[in-house]
Amino acid sequence: MHAHKENHDFEPKIIAFVCTWCTYAGADLAGTSRMQYPANTRVVKFPCTGRIDPVFILRAFQKGADGVLVSGCHPGDCHYMAGNFHARRRFAAFRALLDFIGVDLQRLQFSWVSAAEGGKWVEVATELTERVRALGPMREFKELEAEEQWSGVIDTPELQEAYNNIP
Amino acid sequence: MSRIGVFVCHCGENISRTVDVEKVAAEAARIPGVAYATDYKYMCSDPGQGLLKKAVAEHKLDGIVVAACSPRMHEKTFRNAAKSAGLNPFLCEMANIREHCSWVHEDREEATEKASAIVEMMVARVKKDRKLVPITVPVTKRALVIGGGIAGIQAALDIADAGHRVVLVEREPSIGGHMAQLSETFPTLDCSQCIMTPKMVDVANHPNITLHTYSEIEAVEGYIGNFQITVRKKARSVIEEKCTGCGVCSAKCPQKKIPNTFDKNLGFRPAIYVPFPQAVPNTPVIDREHCTRFINGKCGVCQKVCGPGAIDYEQEDRLIVEPVGAIVVATGFELYSISEKPKGSPIKGYGEFGHGTIPDVIDGLTFERLASASGPTGGKIIRPSDGKEPKQVVFVQCVGSRAREKGISYCSKICCMYTAKHTMLYKHKVHDGQAYVFFMDARTPGKSYDEFWRRAIEEEEAVYIRGMVSRLYQKGDKVVVMGSDVHVGVQVEIEADLVVLATAVQPRAGADTLAQKLGISYDSYHFYSEAHAKLKPVECATAGIYLAGACQGPKDIPDTVSQASAAAAKVMTLFARDELEREPIVAKVNERNCVACLYCKKVCPYGAVEEKEIRDRQGNLIRVVAYVNPGVCGGCGTCQASCPSKSVELDGYTDEQIMAMIETL
Ligand SMILES: Cc1cc2nc3c(=O)[nH]c(=O)nc-3n(C[C@H](O)[C@H](O)[C@H](O)COP(=O)(O)OP(=O)(O)OC[C@H]3O[C@@H](n4cnc5c(N)ncnc54)[C@H](O)[C@@H]3O)c2cc1C
Ligand code: SF4
Ligand code: SF4
Repeated sequence: MHAHKENHDFEPKIIAFVCTWCTYAGADLAGTSRMQYPANTRVVKFPCTGRIDPVFILRAFQKGADGVLVSGCHPGDCHYMAGNFHARRRFAAFRALLDFIGVDLQRLQFSWVSAAEGGKWVEVATELTERVRALGPMREFKELEAEEQWSGVIDTPELQEAYNNIP
Repeated sequence: MSRIGVFVCHCGENISRTVDVEKVAAEAARIPGVAYATDYKYMCSDPGQGLLKKAVAEHKLDGIVVAACSPRMHEKTFRNAAKSAGLNPFLCEMANIREHCSWVHEDREEATEKASAIVEMMVARVKKDRKLVPITVPVTKRALVIGGGIAGIQAALDIADAGHRVVLVEREPSIGGHMAQLSETFPTLDCSQCIMTPKMVDVANHPNITLHTYSEIEAVEGYIGNFQITVRKKARSVIEEKCTGCGVCSAKCPQKKIPNTFDKNLGFRPAIYVPFPQAVPNTPVIDREHCTRFINGKCGVCQKVCGPGAIDYEQEDRLIVEPVGAIVVATGFELYSISEKPKGSPIKGYGEFGHGTIPDVIDGLTFERLASASGPTGGKIIRPSDGKEPKQVVFVQCVGSRAREKGISYCSKICCMYTAKHTMLYKHKVHDGQAYVFFMDARTPGKSYDEFWRRAIEEEEAVYIRGMVSRLYQKGDKVVVMGSDVHVGVQVEIEADLVVLATAVQPRAGADTLAQKLGISYDSYHFYSEAHAKLKPVECATAGIYLAGACQGPKDIPDTVSQASAAAAKVMTLFARDELEREPIVAKVNERNCVACLYCKKVCPYGAVEEKEIRDRQGNLIRVVAYVNPGVCGGCGTCQASCPSKSVELDGYTDEQIMAMIETL
């Protein structure tokens, strides 16, 4: 599996949200097996796909990602028993929402890659990179940048104020 | 402003071959908040770690990024180094530029660029890292074992022998489980009672074991190291401390015709009884449902004849509360019944086998009782219907097992072996008899198992017919077995005197209820689930709870005993420490923001979320909030992603940390 350097007009940014037990380990295995794939992917490690908030995906698109990959353990293999089931249900609804607001769903991929599937990781990362490269840059959300400031801090004075006003 | 230190490793040449490490370090130095950046040949080596420690002191670093291999490889190493340099270990992160970069890309420019991006991401994360302190919880060095079959007995003895106290809770009046019902056991044909009873007696006499028979688990609270269990000791109507086990009561009881369930209803027992002669404890119990005294008050013989005055008709159930630190679940199995199943059960009965109404169609355990020297027939193989010796016996394997259309798709694992055993035991007792076996496959992958099976065919002349049985029906005093022989491709019909069905091994009825009390998970059949099929075969995903024996899946005795000893070893490992330390990756609730929708409680796979009441000084309830018990939380973070008010946060993976990483894109 050799990815020869080619000159492309556009190199997409891909961000991968993965669970530590299965897919992160699978990506490690691709490394120890010296498999090759495009260098476009940045990995963010989570304990479990159950931890992945759909907001992260929106934020990633907004911050410059052209494609997002979410990957965890196969159904039934979750280190935390059922976290990936919750994730699956959540993302099924979320995909429909993204579709509704006009995001090309080809930019968002969900997959299962186990700790033993280095090859599958390479496949998934390569496919998504190539697909998104063909689609071109993702522009829709970037224009929102100026308005949106939320950084994940949950104790902002505004929020506190709002909560305090709840009867 | 943070003072982060970045250390880029060459990993010999593993990284530096494709990644320009000096450039990565130079670029890192330009990131705001980075106070020091350098590269080094082998960061994990002693001098490498020394370099890191020195830099922490010299540059007053308050965060560290080691850009090297996978954190799965060396995160512990560098966090320990950070710790010994006086830094909170959770302020040290790794940027994986080997497995995720230098090893998977060839282009130097691209790889260098990616490595820098990964470092930048991790620097952003470290800035948002908080100091975390490992959580310590005390350990109660006393174990609970639920179920007194061979699994529970073995686990209890091992733990007790290691010097720890054990509470063993058994539902029936005696320990022993199924093994006490078996005649001789494969693959050696040694007598089950002979190898079992010494262990049962050891349990009774062990100074470290408290035995509660005729008891059940009422409630379980707490978490690893700190469970509190409530045991319901059912009213035995016999005072255990006074009873000497003389047996006069049973002998004099006028109720003599109660079907003996231990003997699979082949014999009878009185209303005050011990299930079998070698029972432990040898203390009888009154079956109140069948006792005349309890039915109409017109008896009382046992109380009169009991020398020590141990009979107490007024006795009530007692609840006993015990603190324990670990739990071994060993509740075993039961056999599939071919009779009609209640509506709604996914498991179907066998109408084509007469739904259990043909008297000379029995299951494997009944055959064990027939063949057992201490059984109701003294070991004589006879037909339940007329007491005659059967000359043609048909054994049918896989009844219920591997039968998706009946609701069970798994293999029961032990039936091939015990059916082979049954044909041998039969031949040893009825020399002129003929055994036939209908089977799909012979699965004999244990030590000396295949040899055993072959012996049944080659020496004991059992006739094995590969095929299924489609129907059983009574014809005169015979049972007609209609089946197929797929090798020859013909229909087979045998007029049998006795038919023995190897019915599927199933979890106990009510296994799910116990699981819910314990907070452990189970599969669709209600077998208890291990934490990892390969690497954690005896641990439950719920910390501090371990599995032994057939409650986790069909198992023979050698496998059961191995797993029981393994579970005991896990308990001893836990008990080797006075306090437990665990990674502080746990969720915390922001009580001010929580609106108590308790969605987190619903999604938490560990049952770690509780409701907490907030009261004012007068004790009036103000409101309810969610509370995550740190001892139970597994750290998956599912609650956080599900909380609609962003009120629960997983330490080590906060929104701030993740968002900071995303910002660097
Ligand atoms: C017909 C037949 C023949 C067999 N022959 C052989 C053989 O020759 N060789 C061999 O290696 N294996 C044989 N086996 C398999 C053997 O019986 C099992 O491997 C063994 O009994 C499993 O032990 P266990 O302790 O896990 O379960 P069990 O023996 O089922 O014991 C479980 C115990 O837990 C108790 N219990 C259940 N629920 C609760 C509760 N909620 N609270 C408290 N207590 C509870 C039960 O009363 C019981 O005492 C045979 C099985 C069958 C059916
Ligand atoms: S989901 Fe959030 S708001 Fe709801 S109870 Fe749990 S912590 Fe509170
Ligand atoms: S992090 Fe996971 S285990 Fe812990 S409370 Fe939240 S959902 Fe439960």
